[in-house]
Amino acid sequence: MAAKIEIKGLSAWYGSKKAILDITMDFAEHDVTAIIGPSGCGKSTLIRCLNRMHETIPKARAEGSVRLDGEDIYELPAVSVRRRIGMVFQKANPFPTMSIYDNVAAGLRLNGERNRDTLDAAVLKSLQSAALWDEVKDSLDKSGASLSGGQQQRLCIARALAVEPEVLLMDEPCSALDPIATAKIEDLIFDLKRQYTVVIVTHNMQQAARVADKTAFLYLGKLIEFNATRDLFERPGQELTEKYITGRFG
Amino acid sequence: MIGGLRRALPPFRFDRQGRRLWKDLAMSVAALLCVVIALVPLGSILVEAGARGLAAIRPSLFLLDTRDGGIGNAIQGTLILVALASGIALPVGILTGIYLSEFGKGRVGDAVRFFVDIMTQIPSIVVGIFAYSVILSLSFAGLVSPRLAFSTITGVIALSTIMIPFVARTSEEALRLVPVSTREAALALGIPRHRAILRVVLPSGGSGLLTGALLGVARVAGETAPLLVTAFGSLYGFAGLNQPVESLPHTIYTFALSPSSAENQAAWGASLILVLMMLLISISSRVIVHLRSVRE
Repeated sequence: MAAKIEIKGLSAWYGSKKAILDITMDFAEHDVTAIIGPSGCGKSTLIRCLNRMHETIPKARAEGSVRLDGEDIYELPAVSVRRRIGMVFQKANPFPTMSIYDNVAAGLRLNGERNRDTLDAAVLKSLQSAALWDEVKDSLDKSGASLSGGQQQRLCIARALAVEPEVLLMDEPCSALDPIATAKIEDLIFDLKRQYTVVIVTHNMQQAARVADKTAFLYLGKLIEFNATRDLFERPGQELTEKYITGRFG
Repeated sequence: MIGGLRRALPPFRFDRQGRRLWKDLAMSVAALLCVVIALVPLGSILVEAGARGLAAIRPSLFLLDTRDGGIGNAIQGTLILVALASGIALPVGILTGIYLSEFGKGRVGDAVRFFVDIMTQIPSIVVGIFAYSVILSLSFAGLVSPRLAFSTITGVIALSTIMIPFVARTSEEALRLVPVSTREAALALGIPRHRAILRVVLPSGGSGLLTGALLGVARVAGETAPLLVTAFGSLYGFAGLNQPVESLPHTIYTFALSPSSAENQAAWGASLILVLMMLLISISSRVIVHLRSVRE
């Protein structure tokens, strides 16, 4: 399958502290790729470089190239990159002053879409894709903050989907959720990959094994191993990977 | 009664657990006492101003001419002064607050923050003298009439100079309370930064911004000292931006010190009206915030 995102020689810093080091890897279209590794290994930094959210942090910078369909994202306007590569964060972060409807419509509306029918259609489709429609269809004007944690996270997924991105980055989307809500999101990821390319950062190795086609193991900012999920977990090629997945450090 | 008290009190034991319960009780009582101490002056001011002020309120109190026993000119003057000062200070102050919280990370931001802090601490009488001397210097340069030194305009300059740093600081604090995750959510949707700030960050900090703005309005509405040397005061109704104007605090100040008991009473009326004006602004803005927020 064609590479949707190609990363070449990517390094990133926070001030003088190096967070990731010379990473080269590709994400195939319609694949779910999991990125695993111990805390502080640069997983989040890596995916934040893919939609140029890394540079929103003061004194943060990145070097190397990231290509989306062959185009260097660091030569495109950041806003258009972020529209094509959506992101879901670790902690559900619906806009506190907006209703459920407005949260989902926010991306379109704040980018200039005013047509009510277009917005209605996008909200319906996104909430359905995020498997939230049935739970909220009668309360679209309620505050997004009134939903449960798992519902809020699916609301954030719907919000990200509404702008019709090509890639969805998920930064530990289930770390604050209970097992039932987690299972719902995992099912959702499985459905989403038909339409999107998904990159998910996770602490949970079982989760990577359940949802991902390919898995990358990061350690101290370096890409240690990147392989088909089954191979990585059953026949790790590196001693470090084996130690990590068998729980001998991390 | 005694039985109820005994049940409310911890057991008379002074082992570790008993001491802890007694300490807890002592602290709770102390906290309650502090609340009472804080509320007593507030309550007594309201009651006093209410009772004495109500007695002073009759139709003639609202006459525009002080010689007829009216303070209508002061109400009118305060409304004009505060409205014009807010018209200048709220946009400038809130925009400064946005700059400080969203962009002012480097040395320039620190410098601006430092100066804003200093400005909030300048005594208001000094600000009054400053506005007065600005107009006087302009008049020495032949640009304006020296009589403009005592005018509505000079009063507005003084009041907005007091209000801008105050509003800037409270706006900055209000916007800083908006979590980074909310900003990131907006940016990650490909929303340009300026729109993310205007449409997501500002509404999220909305009630804080509003509270800050109101405190600013209330603060200048009660200012007396800077108006003594700028708006000066007047026996008549508003006569133009370049003329002296009366204001409620100034009326209270002169009437309270007056030997005439009728004027003393009118001072109470003016106090009550000033308090009610603040209350009205505060309540109506809270209602607006409440109506605009989405239901939980």
